[in-house]
Amino acid sequence: MKRAIPIFVVLAGLLVAIAVANPFFLEPAGFLAFLKRVAPLAILAAGQYFVIVSGEFDLSVGSLVTVEVVVAARLIDGDEAMTWPVLILLVVIGLLVGLVNGLVTTKLRVPSFITTLGAMLILSGAVFLWTGGAPRGALSQGFRVFGREGVWAVAILVVVVIAAVLLMRADFGRTLVAAGDNEKAARLSGVRVDRVRVFAFVLSGLSAAVAGILLGGFAGVSAQVGQSLEFQAITAVVLGGVVLGGGRGHVVAAIAGAFTLEALFTLLNLHGISGALEYAVQGVIIIAAVAVGGLRLPSLRLSPSKV
Amino acid sequence: MIALVANPTRAVYAALIATLAIGWALVAFDGGTFTLNDLVGIQQRSAALGIVAVGQTLAILAGSLDLSVAYLISLVSLIAAETMAGQTSNILTAVVVALGVSALVGLVNGVVITKLKVHAFIATLGVALVIRGVLDHLYDGPAGRVPVDFQQLGYARIGPIPVAAILWAAVAVGVWFLLRRTRFGHRVYAVGGDVEVARLSGVRTDRVVIAAHVLCSLCAGVAGLLLASRLGAGAPTVGTDGGYDLESIAAVVLGGTALAGGRGGVAGTVGGVLLLAVLDSVFNQLEVNSFFKDVVRGVVIVVAVAVYARRTGRRAS
Repeated sequence: MKRAIPIFVVLAGLLVAIAVANPFFLEPAGFLAFLKRVAPLAILAAGQYFVIVSGEFDLSVGSLVTVEVVVAARLIDGDEAMTWPVLILLVVIGLLVGLVNGLVTTKLRVPSFITTLGAMLILSGAVFLWTGGAPRGALSQGFRVFGREGVWAVAILVVVVIAAVLLMRADFGRTLVAAGDNEKAARLSGVRVDRVRVFAFVLSGLSAAVAGILLGGFAGVSAQVGQSLEFQAITAVVLGGVVLGGGRGHVVAAIAGAFTLEALFTLLNLHGISGALEYAVQGVIIIAAVAVGGLRLPSLRLSPSKV
Repeated sequence: MIALVANPTRAVYAALIATLAIGWALVAFDGGTFTLNDLVGIQQRSAALGIVAVGQTLAILAGSLDLSVAYLISLVSLIAAETMAGQTSNILTAVVVALGVSALVGLVNGVVITKLKVHAFIATLGVALVIRGVLDHLYDGPAGRVPVDFQQLGYARIGPIPVAAILWAAVAVGVWFLLRRTRFGHRVYAVGGDVEVARLSGVRTDRVVIAAHVLCSLCAGVAGLLLASRLGAGAPTVGTDGGYDLESIAAVVLGGTALAGGRGGVAGTVGGVLLLAVLDSVFNQLEVNSFFKDVVRGVVIVVAVAVYARRTGRRAS
């Protein structure tokens, strides 16, 4: 958890800076709006965390979010009665995609970068093949309520955070980190490495389904809804001090990374830094954050108290 | 068949020939013909991706990877086209400036990865975002003008062979020579295989990784010049529209180079790029839906890597 301290300091600093620039942020409505905006990315970051800490990548979540929203719009097509069946279907799709990613990565031994890159192509190709190139249909009000109403979005976010923390405290979490830290050692000590990794991918797929449901309500139906979300989620996780390659980092810090990224966007907007330069600032900050994290590591290693 | 699969490079060329043959048959069955012109078209279309992928091979062999190439290509196309401003006399300056910027971006990538110890994925993603910010800030659409003389690079042919394909071949042969026949090449394999072992054997590993990134970015720069010559102008989306970042990595891996570094080579990458291009061309002939193409491409990449993994895995165990 020691690695996670810097991200909370940075996040607190950003939140204070936002509050100074825009006092509305401190009012419940203002803060709720912020939480609602963060929720999808925070949930994706939690899912991506499981995969990254086990030593893998999931590049398919962005397309998966798009698939979820487009499928929902076409199947619901404005019909309220379809809301719940489709919600269940979306969750099943997320779980299935995660399962396939996990099985291909572990059983066929394809590097996850390639597996999920392939999944990214297949998913976005398949869904637009099905809808004829552009999203069709419409979401029902009952569906949109999850992403649109701040209370729902926050409730879902809280459930996800609690579930993620509980999972990481359970045997699953410890074996997952062990698998990412030293696969061979974990295998020799009886960890079913493949099984925990597949489960991590399934969780990532599930998180994309939930994020898709929220984004569909929040942002509406478009072909670009999930674009580059996979990179944002990975960035958030890494900002939280989780090491690419696995074995180190805390899930709460990864989620805090998502909050930090979104707070950064909010602050840049408040200070009128144009949408264009926003990317440049984001790029510099990501590199700087990881570089500082990397430089800190040796000093931590020297202290004997480090577990 | 086993002997074919044993060597990923041979496997990808076998797959290439098989795809050509099957594609030929399918197109013929469909009532079309697959002519020499189509083959030339394949080379022309794949030249830009091919050049980027050859550079990407260097980065990946050294145990790194480069996600910034797509935005760099756009940036280079704009810098080149604006410097040329339609004047033939400016071509040399423009090429020098464009390649200089590319080398600088590669240097930044390499230094951030080695000296600041940032994971290559994050380092090059960050650099990509920085370039994207600059692009979005400075340009709204196509800019600059490429003189007719320079457009020859994109469209001219020597006999039946497009100049672009010759350029690609030259880059590929150059990098192949560098990797197989020079000390630098051996060091790239050593560093990609195991950084610590390379360091302990006296290789200055940081320098090797930085050089690999500079060369990778230079290749992206050449691809940017090629695309500018084809468009007749620079465009801020030419790199990302082509998906050159992930596509080039996919082509490298399809060619049998291990994503973890240290194993593979340029010959495989060239095969990988051609395989993707032939698939594309066959689908175009059959007038297959472009989304279906994406699905097939995804499946092909994953299946190919699964086949390679089967071989290497058996040898390891």
